[in-house]
Amino acid sequence: MIRSLPNSKLYTFTFTAFIVLYFFFLFAPLLITCILAFNNSMIPTLPWKGFTFFHDPINLRAFGVSFRLAIAVSLMSTAMGTCAAFLFEQENFPLKNVMYLLMIAPIVIPGVILGISILSFTTTVADFFKNNFGIRLDFIRPSFWLVAFGQFSFISTYVCMVVSARLKKFDRTLEDAAYNLGANRFQVIWYITLKYLRPSIIGGLALSFLLSFENFNTTMFLVGAEFPLPIALFNRVRDGSTPVINAISFLLIFATSVCAMVNLILSRKKKED
Amino acid sequence: MMTKSKKLRWSFFVFFIPVFLWLLLLIVLPHIELLRMSFARPAYLKQPGFTFSNYIEFFKEPIYWNTFFRTAMYSITVTMIVLIIGLPVAFYITKVASFKTRGFLTILILIPFWVSELIRVYGWTIILRESGIINHFMTKYGIWKQPIEMLYNDAAMIMGLVYTSILFMVVPIIGVMDSLDNSLIEAAYDLGAKKTVIWRQIIIPHCMPGIISGCIIVFMMVLGSYLTPNLMGGKNSMWFTEQIYNQFILYRNWNMGSAFGFLLLFMSSIIIWVALKLSGQSLKEVVK
Repeated sequence: MIRSLPNSKLYTFTFTAFIVLYFFFLFAPLLITCILAFNNSMIPTLPWKGFTFFHDPINLRAFGVSFRLAIAVSLMSTAMGTCAAFLFEQENFPLKNVMYLLMIAPIVIPGVILGISILSFTTTVADFFKNNFGIRLDFIRPSFWLVAFGQFSFISTYVCMVVSARLKKFDRTLEDAAYNLGANRFQVIWYITLKYLRPSIIGGLALSFLLSFENFNTTMFLVGAEFPLPIALFNRVRDGSTPVINAISFLLIFATSVCAMVNLILSRKKKED
Repeated sequence: MMTKSKKLRWSFFVFFIPVFLWLLLLIVLPHIELLRMSFARPAYLKQPGFTFSNYIEFFKEPIYWNTFFRTAMYSITVTMIVLIIGLPVAFYITKVASFKTRGFLTILILIPFWVSELIRVYGWTIILRESGIINHFMTKYGIWKQPIEMLYNDAAMIMGLVYTSILFMVVPIIGVMDSLDNSLIEAAYDLGAKKTVIWRQIIIPHCMPGIISGCIIVFMMVLGSYLTPNLMGGKNSMWFTEQIYNQFILYRNWNMGSAFGFLLLFMSSIIIWVALKLSGQSLKEVVK
């Protein structure tokens, strides 16, 4: 049954076989994509195909858009998520529970619905300002910044979860000690609490960067003329495979696996410390 | 003491105002606007006012509500399959594997989910499609006479949805299974309990919180997914999110699209509410 109990050979064997199958299922599509990136149409070639990515102006531009988007979104949502963590962990105010429920709602609201509701709201607001005051609010029309706001609206929640988890463990007597030594609230937050939160803030930055970089569902309703990478790739995947998609997939799988490994090893080290 | 409390209030507003604006401008008002739009007539009719016509249209047109119920039923089916596969995986990792392989396996199950959904689904399409890997080898070695299209049907789509969401079942269950004391299982074993009894009376009741949060998160992900049904499902079997996309982007009928969006939100809230009531949990515990 479990490792401390005697198990029949058949039980151990079937269970292990099941797990092996599960991991095969998990990695099959990734491995196949990686192999095909170097081996297009079953004819072995040198892995130079990967470099076609850099000669493709559409992909290069989409990559640039995604990168700028991920930087903007991760900075905004990490700031907001940290603010929210402080608000919900350290402050008390009326209707705190209602507000907390609203804050975690984006986790259970489908991304598509978040996308269409933000799109309808901003369009109404932009139309209102244009018709009544003649002010053009183009940044809340489908565009780079609207995508950024859309992604920010739910990624902040995830950052808040990550930062709150660490803030919960913070020993608040350290703050009291600082107050007794004459520090004010902002000195305490800056020199003590934020220093303590640094690993989780960096984790929040990395998480939000990744979430923004690969978001599709919310983004697809808010894109303007600048297509982020997932949208540009989707249009090509739908049309059928090209060596370029294999190459990009390989690069992305490779890059994310390296990031994931580094992240996991770092967090593991930290736990051991 | 006076000065300190004054400063505390000031810092409270520094945190409160941005969070308040975020929730108001990007969560609350957009959803109110979505609700308003769903009860308004399409703009091109030039007659503003309150109407149920968007919702009536939904019930009049079988293709809309068929898609709606199909999406709901398939989401529940996928959640059940994910639970049935996920439970033994979590059990193996926490209780059966040796301590050394355990950490390694935990890292291993996480890695694929760092890769974007689009690429994982794309990987499946090149395995399954008519000119894909399986067909290539099957015809090469003469097992199949000619390639079979394995993509673009409901089975492929369900498999894809299981694939993209299973991590979100395994991780919460691992979390609760970790806290299950092994000696309980050992005691039951020593007293002669069968495996099925141990599962039914010890393991599953203990893991219920993790199972519920896993089910809710997986259900929501599947219900709201767009890429997997679109790339792996059949041409004439749509997902409800695709209907919303069509109304918004293809037909430019935002009022109808808003009504669809609200119906989806309403249905998912009802199902989650029922699941929470049945298990006696709160949303706070579920999302942790």
